[in-house]
Amino acid sequence: MELLLDSLFNGVAIGSVLLVAALGLAIVFGLMGVINLAHGELMMLGAYTTYVTQLIFKLPILKPFYNSYIIVSIFLAFIVSGVVGILLEKTIIRKLYGSPLETLLATWGVSLILQQFVRSVPLAYGTGLIISLLIGLFLPTTFPTKIKESINFKYFKFSSWIFAALTGVLTGSLISSSIGKLSRASARNVDVTAPSWMRGQVEIIGTTFPKTRLMIIVITLISVIAITLFLKQSAWGMRIRAVTQNRQMSDCLGISTEKVDIITFGIGSGLAGVAGVAVSLLGSVGPNVGGNYIVGCFMVVVLGGVGNLLGTVLASFGIGIMTDLIGAGRFLSIWPNMPLPLSNTINFFATTSMARVMIFALIVLFLQFKPTGLFPQKGRMVEN
Amino acid sequence: MRISRRILAGLATASLAVTATSCGGGGTSGSFDDTVTVGILHSLSGTMAISESTLVDTEKMAIEEINAAGGVKVGGKSYKIEYIVEDGASDWPTFAEKSKKLIDQDGVPVVFGGWTSASRKAMLPVYESKDAFLYYPIQYEAQECSNNIFYTGATPNQQSEPATDFMYKRSPAAGGDFFLVGSDYVFPRTSNTITKAQVEQLGGTVVGEDYLPLGNTEVAPIISKIKKALPDGGIIINTLNGDQNVAFFKQIQDAGITPSSGYYVMNYSIAEEEISTIGPEFLEGHYGAWNYMMSIDTPASKKFAASFKKRWGADRVVADPQESAYNMVYLWKQAVEDAGTFDDNAVREALVGQKFDAPQGPVEVMPNHHLSQTVRIGEINAEGGFTILEETGVVLPQAWNQKHPSSKGFACDWTDPSKGEKYKL
Repeated sequence: MELLLDSLFNGVAIGSVLLVAALGLAIVFGLMGVINLAHGELMMLGAYTTYVTQLIFKLPILKPFYNSYIIVSIFLAFIVSGVVGILLEKTIIRKLYGSPLETLLATWGVSLILQQFVRSVPLAYGTGLIISLLIGLFLPTTFPTKIKESINFKYFKFSSWIFAALTGVLTGSLISSSIGKLSRASARNVDVTAPSWMRGQVEIIGTTFPKTRLMIIVITLISVIAITLFLKQSAWGMRIRAVTQNRQMSDCLGISTEKVDIITFGIGSGLAGVAGVAVSLLGSVGPNVGGNYIVGCFMVVVLGGVGNLLGTVLASFGIGIMTDLIGAGRFLSIWPNMPLPLSNTINFFATTSMARVMIFALIVLFLQFKPTGLFPQKGRMVEN
Repeated sequence: MRISRRILAGLATASLAVTATSCGGGGTSGSFDDTVTVGILHSLSGTMAISESTLVDTEKMAIEEINAAGGVKVGGKSYKIEYIVEDGASDWPTFAEKSKKLIDQDGVPVVFGGWTSASRKAMLPVYESKDAFLYYPIQYEAQECSNNIFYTGATPNQQSEPATDFMYKRSPAAGGDFFLVGSDYVFPRTSNTITKAQVEQLGGTVVGEDYLPLGNTEVAPIISKIKKALPDGGIIINTLNGDQNVAFFKQIQDAGITPSSGYYVMNYSIAEEEISTIGPEFLEGHYGAWNYMMSIDTPASKKFAASFKKRWGADRVVADPQESAYNMVYLWKQAVEDAGTFDDNAVREALVGQKFDAPQGPVEVMPNHHLSQTVRIGEINAEGGFTILEETGVVLPQAWNQKHPSSKGFACDWTDPSKGEKYKL
């Protein structure tokens, strides 16, 4: 019983890291069909946001609330990665819809730029830049319609960008002067330390579970529920689904597909940021942190069936549980008196690296029989 | 458009600032008769940059020190050392390519370079075919003895063997079972083969081993294996690389695998630099084995640490790889002065037998192109340093490990033409 519980927990823990990382991609790649190779770097930005938030909460003024910084950083990471995602969509991806190969190359380029950006720009100014992007992109949308429709709107837009730039530079230098660690550029990996209430372990029915893992499971669950509710219940969710199913018809019926694209991509990117918070709790935060997850993300989305969230959920937990069963050699504890050749084979695969090989082999095999994944999108897709 | 230009401008200024800080160079300009240019080849970009850039800093410092003391004196003339720094970019073929460039195009008499075994293996054929000389400063798995490489880091019998012995006989977990964890590449696998043979000789048991693919930070399956194999604590030998240590220590602490519950981790790749990155709160009470530790309480060690901090910033630390890098620059200088020429072959002959009062204590170049060194076992303390528990006498290097089944009974001696790279003892 204990063994089963332990194994199940481990599987779910590994799976939830995969799921939270792949969730954003499931939306961007699954619903929009955009192969976004910069997804990992959007995660990385989320992880760095956690780090910056942690340092800001160490300032004397925010010190009393230090323990809650991780909750705040989840929202901030969503916003930061979301904004960068929106910028990415507006400037690059929009021009490349319908040409997957070019999108792939362009987003790969973006991923390299983002990696080098965090290496060579001090994080304080990076934060300033994000703040000015945030203001510059959203301030104009808050103007009353009367101004928006006037011919002079471009001047309003221009002046709000100037305001945004000034605020960005100001906050950047403010942060840089108050937090020494953020004022210098560094290629070094940094570290997020979980607040004390998240460290250690809890005991449930005789088995102990690390708290950070539980936290990641909770973050994942909340993200999945929130995104499902958004897609199924909200008006924008319905529009997104409509555009996914039939872009031209939706366009004819008066849905602004352009806006839908921005929102979908923004949400997908924002979720990558949330995933960044989760992975920052597990290891160190560095420019390459996202790259380690990107292959796993695509694997999960493809296995689950492109365009289907339930498939993504099942695929990631499936992979998680299989990784644990194979990698930790669980079959041997379940069936201790296994005949020799079989037990030797299982022992051979019972290392982390060989388990990975095995998982990939199984996925390749599975896709031979079901090339469209666990739950293929049904119905007419005009775009295909 | 306006915005992207602003970003570009920002990036440009930032990169300018970086270049501006990275080329300090210089040193005091005395009066020299001539100059000699040496090559420095480490990764300044990519995953290894974090570690390797510290070596570049140390080598520059050693060169500046030598220049300040009058440079290299060859044949009655004093030479100022200048250097060309090349970036290996954490990419092994690049190391080979840049080596060729340094030797052929720049004509340097010596290259100080490398960190990973993969980069050394990539460079080896270049130096052998051109009969040039590479100085390699990292503790490594040995099982190699080239006439064209000079290894100033520890061999396994100068690091892992005394460490295993300590863990099995004298640590708080003495007599316990062993679990081996490493990154999936040549050093951990070779090192663990040696450890397994040694544990068997000592009468202990290795109850499990696992390797994490480079770049992977999911250690949950390893943790459940450790808990299953060592339910009541034991000895963990850790050869994980770089960032993977962060994930490993964060997660084992959360899973209750700590010194207070009887699990002691002996680390071969965690020095002061890594402790400050991982955070001492995760490592306190675990162990490390090195030739040099910053906490060595001798004037030479203190002077080394102090001049590094003075040159590169008070928050910087020095660690074993840096000490090896420092030693090799001085050993090369001594050998050149003894040989009276920069010619490779003469320097090679003069090199064997060179003694140097290194920060770790006296070292000497052995006929197998490795150094005799002192081994220290330390416990990691809350301040991010090592509390030194044990110190061996001078340990001679074994290029061919005497516990590894494939090299038992072999040795290397380049001073005797009949022996060479690998001869039977």
